[in-house]
Amino acid sequence: AMDTDLSSQDRKDLDKFIKFFALKTVQVIVQARLGEKICTRSSSSPTGSDWFNLAIKDIPEVTHEAKKALAGQLPAVGRSMCVEISLKTSEGDSMELEIWCLEMNEKCDKEIKVSYTVYNRLSLLLKSLLAITRVTPAYRLSRKQGHEYVILYRIYFGEVQLSGLGEGFQTVRVGTVGTPVGTITLSCAYRINLAFMSTRQFERTPPIMGIIIDHFVDRPYPSSSPMHACNYRAGEDNGAVYPSVEDSQEVCTTSFSTSPPSQCVFTVTKAHFQTPPPVVTDTLKVPVMGLAFSHQLSSSRLSYQPAALGVGSADMGYPVLFAGGLNAAHPHQLIAPGKEGGVPPIPGQPAHGTQADQERMCTPLDGVHYSAATPSSSEDTETVSNSSEGKCGSPHDLLETIFIRKVGAFVNKPINQVTMANLDIPFAMFAPKNVELEDNDPMVNPPDSPDTESPLQGSLHSEGSSGSSTGNTHDDFVMIDFKPAFSKDDILPMDLGTFYREFQNPPQLSSLSIDIGAQSMAEDLDSLPEKLAVHEKNVKEFDAFVETLQ
Amino acid sequence: LFFRGRTCCRVPPRATPAMNCRAEVLEVSVEGRQVEEAMLAVLHTVLLHRSTGKFHYKKEGTYSIGTVGTQDVDCDFIDFAYVRVSSEELDRALRKAVGEFKDALRNSGSDGMGQISLEFYQKKKSRWPFSDECIPWELWTIKVNVVNLANEQERQICREKVGEKLCEKIINIVEVMNRHEYLPKMPTQSEVDNVFDTSLKDVQPYLYKISYQITDSLGTSVTTTMRRLIKDTLAL
Repeated sequence: AMDTDLSSQDRKDLDKFIKFFALKTVQVIVQARLGEKICTRSSSSPTGSDWFNLAIKDIPEVTHEAKKALAGQLPAVGRSMCVEISLKTSEGDSMELEIWCLEMNEKCDKEIKVSYTVYNRLSLLLKSLLAITRVTPAYRLSRKQGHEYVILYRIYFGEVQLSGLGEGFQTVRVGTVGTPVGTITLSCAYRINLAFMSTRQFERTPPIMGIIIDHFVDRPYPSSSPMHACNYRAGEDNGAVYPSVEDSQEVCTTSFSTSPPSQCVFTVTKAHFQTPPPVVTDTLKVPVMGLAFSHQLSSSRLSYQPAALGVGSADMGYPVLFAGGLNAAHPHQLIAPGKEGGVPPIPGQPAHGTQADQERMCTPLDGVHYSAATPSSSEDTETVSNSSEGKCGSPHDLLETIFIRKVGAFVNKPINQVTMANLDIPFAMFAPKNVELEDNDPMVNPPDSPDTESPLQGSLHSEGSSGSSTGNTHDDFVMIDFKPAFSKDDILPMDLGTFYREFQNPPQLSSLSIDIGAQSMAEDLDSLPEKLAVHEKNVKEFDAFVETLQ
Repeated sequence: LFFRGRTCCRVPPRATPAMNCRAEVLEVSVEGRQVEEAMLAVLHTVLLHRSTGKFHYKKEGTYSIGTVGTQDVDCDFIDFAYVRVSSEELDRALRKAVGEFKDALRNSGSDGMGQISLEFYQKKKSRWPFSDECIPWELWTIKVNVVNLANEQERQICREKVGEKLCEKIINIVEVMNRHEYLPKMPTQSEVDNVFDTSLKDVQPYLYKISYQITDSLGTSVTTTMRRLIKDTLAL
C-alpha cells in the first residue's frame, strides 16, 4: 500500500544511515584490534559530526578501505560487508581469526520510523559492537601483538566466506535493527581452535638481538604496556583521556606494527587527501624511487607483486605500507592515504567479494614522480607498472603515496636483502654497497667455503677469527645473553642459539681484504669509465633524488 | 541495605519488578579481590547501552543529542577488558556503590554471597499529597558468590575463568539489549527528568538506582555444595 512505502526523504536518510553505520562498524572493529586501548571523550554539545551520537574516531585509511570495498553500494541481501581479522606470525604464517559480518535480510519493518527509531537502534548496535569486540578471543591476542605476530584486517563485500576459520568456529550475534527495507544484522564468526596459539605463548619477549632500531622512535619497547599508535606520548598511561579526534589536527595511526620500536607510521592532515602529501612526523619519509639509483634495483627490487610483499614471502615478515588494492592472500595492515574519492587505482571494482582476491596492489607512485624528471628511468617505471600485471591503470591514476616501511624485528636478514627503497632508516642512501643484485650478494649466495662435513659444524667461527685478523671488529656488539624465540632442537643437532653464536662472526668479504684489493685496483681503475657512464646515464635520477632531500 | 544513586520515594523495600518491568539475572563466582572489577564491568556495560548524550531542547519540541565517548578499561585482577562510557561522574557513582557492596560482603560474615541490582525506572508525578511514583522498567541483578582460593595456581586459573565468564555475561547483556523491548518514550523538555538522569554534565543515563543485599548464611549443606561446584569448575 502506498502509505507504507518509504518516502523519498526517508529512503535517502535510511541509505545514509546504513552507509555511515557500515563505515563506523569497520572503524570500531579495526580500532579494537589495533592492540591498544581506545578512549574518546564525551561531549555534551553536539558537534554535528558524530554519527549515531557516539564518539568514534575515523581512521582515514580504514574509511578509505571500507569505501573501496563497498564501492558505492550498501549491504543488501546477498551482499554483505565483511571485516576479516587475521593473525600473521613473523615467519609468514597467517590464520584467520574472525569474520565480522554486516548483513541485510529481507525481513522488513515497514512501521518503524527511520529518522528516529532506526537511528537510535543503530546507535545502540554500535555500542553493542564496542562491547562485543572486547570479548572475543582475538581481542586479547591483538593486545599482545607486536613481537611474534601482528593482526591484520581485510574488508570485502559480497558473500561471506567463513571457511578460513577452521572447524567448530563459533558465532556471536551483536544485534539486529529492523528497517523498512530489510533487517540489518551484525555478527561475528570466530575461530576457537587457537589451541596452539594460547596467549601465553605470546607473552612479551625481548626483541631479537640485532634488529634495526628505528632512530626516530625513541622509546624503548616497554615490557608491559600495549602497543601504541604513533600518537602515544611517553608518560601517558592507563586512564588518561585522550583528546577526541576533533581536537587533534592529525590522525596518526598504526594499525598493526611488527615489532616494538618499528612501526608503520604516517600522518595525515584532517583535510584528508586534498592537501599536499602527508607530513610524516615520526619517521623519515623515504620516497620509493628516490633510492633507486640503480637500474637493476628498480626493475628487480621494486616489484610490488604479491609475491614480493606480505604473506608468504620469506623476505617480508613485516607489515607493508602501500596504497591501493589488495590481494586476498595479503591482507593489508595499513594503507597510505590516497586521493580520497579520487579515481580508484583498481579498475572495475568487483561486485562480489570473491573478486577481491584478484585485486592487485598498486605500485606506489613515487616512481611516477620521478619518471617525469628522469627520462632515463622511464623504462624502469614501465617495468614496475608492468610487473604489477597492468591492473593498476595508468600511472597518473595511481595514488600519491609515501611509501614508508620500517625494518622490524622479524627481519633477520641484513639490510642488503631488503629492498633499499623500502627501508626507512636514516641516510639509507649512504648504506654501503647495498644495491647489488641478490646474485652478487655474498650473504645470499655465500662463497663455497669452507668444505667440511656438516656446513653447520664447519668452524666458520674459527674462520672468522682467522679472518678477523684483518680487523674484523664485531666486538662493538657483545651478546650477553641470547634467548632465541621458538628455538628448539628438531632437525639439526644444534639449537638456534648455538647457530647464532657460530655464525655471529662471518668471515670477511673477500673483496674487502687487502690482498685482493691490491690486485683488483687495476681492474677497478679500468672499470671506472664504464661505471661513470652508467652513473651519468642516471644523473637525472640522482638529481631528482637530491631534490627531495632539500 | 540500600544505596540510592538518585533519591526516589515510595520505593518498595525490595526492588521487585513491576508488571512490565523486565528482569535479568546474572550470576558470577569470583574471588574477593575480583568483586569490584567484575561488578563494574557488568554495570558499565549495561549503562553503556542505557546512556545517551545530553539532550539540548530547541524550539518546537525538537532536541539534539550530545556525543557519548567510550573508553577501554583493563581489569587488574581478571583477564578481562570492557568498554565504559567516558564519564568520570558516572564512573565515580558506580565505584562508590560497588565499593559499598564489596565492603558489605566482606564485613557481613556471611559466606560471601550477595547480590547487587541496577534498576532503571521512570518517575510518575502524582498529585499532592501523594509523592511521585517510581516505576521500574528494567532490573538487572547480579548474584555474586565470593570464593576463597588456596594457592597462587588456583588464583591464576580463577583470573582466566572469571574473564571467560564475564565475556559470556557481556554477550548475554548485549542479547537482552538487542531485543529492543520496552524503552521509555523520548520525553519532552518538561518530562525529561522523569526519564533521564540529567545531573551529569557529559552523558545522560536513564534514571537508575543501585541497591544490594547480602545473603544471610545459609545452611552448611548448601554452602558446601556451592563450594564444591566452584572447585570443580576451577579444576583443570
